[in-house]
Amino acid sequence: MKHKNLMSLPFTLWAVIFIVLPLCLIVWYGVTLEIPVEYTQITLEDGSTAYKLEDGTIQTQEPWQKKAVISFSNFKRMVEPTYLKLLIRSLRVALLTTLICLLLGYPVALILTGKDFKHPSLWMMLIILPMWMNFLLRTYSWMSILENSGILNSWIASLREAIPAFDQFLSDRGVGNKIIFLYNENAVILGMVYNYLSFMIMPIYTVIEKIDHSLLEAAADLGASPSKSFLRVTLPYSLPGVLEGVTMVFVPAVTTFVISQLMGGGKVPLIGDVIQNQFGKSSDWHFGASLSLLVMVVVLAFMRGLHSIDKEEEVQKEVRIF
Amino acid sequence: MKKLAVLAALLAVFLFTCAAAEKISVYNWGDYIDQETIEMFEKETGIEVEYMVYETNEDMYAKIANGKSSYDVIFPSDYMVERMIRENLLQKINWDNIPNVVNIDPRFMHQAYDPESQYSVPYTWGTMGILYNKSMVEEIPTSWKTLQDERYSMNMLMLNSPRDTIGIALIMAGHSLNATDAAALEEAKQLLIEQKPLVLAYVVDEVKDKMIAGEAAVALVWSGDATFSMAENDELDYVVPEEGSNIFFDAICIPANAKNVSGAEKFIDFLCRADVAAKNYEYVGYAIPNKAAIEVLGADEYNASPVNNPPQEVLDKCEVFKYLGEETKLYDQVWTEIISEY
Repeated sequence: MKHKNLMSLPFTLWAVIFIVLPLCLIVWYGVTLEIPVEYTQITLEDGSTAYKLEDGTIQTQEPWQKKAVISFSNFKRMVEPTYLKLLIRSLRVALLTTLICLLLGYPVALILTGKDFKHPSLWMMLIILPMWMNFLLRTYSWMSILENSGILNSWIASLREAIPAFDQFLSDRGVGNKIIFLYNENAVILGMVYNYLSFMIMPIYTVIEKIDHSLLEAAADLGASPSKSFLRVTLPYSLPGVLEGVTMVFVPAVTTFVISQLMGGGKVPLIGDVIQNQFGKSSDWHFGASLSLLVMVVVLAFMRGLHSIDKEEEVQKEVRIF
Repeated sequence: MKKLAVLAALLAVFLFTCAAAEKISVYNWGDYIDQETIEMFEKETGIEVEYMVYETNEDMYAKIANGKSSYDVIFPSDYMVERMIRENLLQKINWDNIPNVVNIDPRFMHQAYDPESQYSVPYTWGTMGILYNKSMVEEIPTSWKTLQDERYSMNMLMLNSPRDTIGIALIMAGHSLNATDAAALEEAKQLLIEQKPLVLAYVVDEVKDKMIAGEAAVALVWSGDATFSMAENDELDYVVPEEGSNIFFDAICIPANAKNVSGAEKFIDFLCRADVAAKNYEYVGYAIPNKAAIEVLGADEYNASPVNNPPQEVLDKCEVFKYLGEETKLYDQVWTEIISEY
């Protein structure tokens, strides 16, 4: 037992220093505000003006010092429509991203695990490979594809030149010389789906791959059609993978800020952008921390909801087998 | 035993040279000096330079303000000079020891952040203005009204930076770019909300790539980014609009807790020398306040760049950003309201 404790020491230390402590700091910043210290103006013996601070120190400069006080006014500011609107948009964008990833990712995982599919690990490799590149680089590539002066627009332009009928078709529909693909919410969602898709495929693939084939064979032996055996065997058994994939896509999607800045051109700000601003340009760490706490609560509530689905499913599965 | 004695002697020599060499520590922005000039200084004066860099004013401020690290020369921007003076973090410069200060163009001294020019020497300066693509505009955009012009709908880029973009909107509405009263900020906010449908994107660093690629006709930029972009695309040009703009400075200062003040003075004097300032201009690329250095560089060539040489009457209307302290929050609030509008 003692030995085991010793083994866990590095991780415990790591967790305390890099998880617990920062979290405490965020909570502390979130519930405090910095306000100017109080002072009184006094006249020194030589007739010059000085300032006496509340802690008794005397200085000749006008006081600039601040002190931290516990206050919940940041939370009041947070529920103003401006910030709630941004939070709702972030949730909508994240949910849409998760849904699209699921609709795209599940069939891919299913196909890859199919009995007749050749070289699934090679394909899996091809899916994971782009993820080895930095996501900023990948997002920048999408920008150069979709920009007004980008690859896609130049292809369309040369197509229009080559095929007059196509040009006519587009002109009739009021499409200008350049189609603006970037700088809107759809572009942000595209960027997120592209960046997070493999996080959906991987866990689902792993889970489906491990499903005992004898269960599927038994279903077939007992007369179940392929669609029925999918609904009764594959789907319920793959659910843990789906839930994990959903978590792995939703959580980063709801807190992202770079993708929305780059793909949305700053016109589709998400709550993550506002938080980043508080720690950067606006340097209001206290409000930034309060907003982070809000997002954390939302994410926790979401995970809780998922977890309860997982639990229910666990029970039902037991019932089905026996 | 003999070996030990030799070792001890070596150690003594080492310690002695360490103690003897005069040292200054310089804390500057990354990539903001030609390293060769540091070697020149070391060779000329025998003073060793310990050179360190920072990325933002706030990083530098935090290090100086907590009092644990001591530097002899720092390069804060205008509003940060103001803040550091107010917080007693800078010391007055003894101009008797900086004879080369005569090289600095007097019109760049006595700025609002240091009205008596007691604490700082300007090192570089720049403006905010409009970067435009000559092949995409009908006339030279000499007014900020260009940024409200329907003809450039979905063809203009703004800065995703609260203080800068709101500051320009304040100028457009006829206020000071340091205004903090609610009415002025409300006007600026309405102006930017009305402008929003015309804006293709709010960008920061991406503005350079996008303007070089011809993504938009006009963009609100800092002159440093304009210089960079114009070098890459001949179609681009820069103008500081006639209503006036923001002018910004990076200054050279001595922190209050500097250890080697005389060394710092020598270094500052060295940086103000014409040949050194010219060398640094060629490396850094920002406009310089050093008129002797401009002579060395060739005044005609230097002034040919619109970035270096906005008309004096426009420059007269340019303002520096003041340190706003708590009021920065107002700007953030207004900015969030503008961008969250949908």
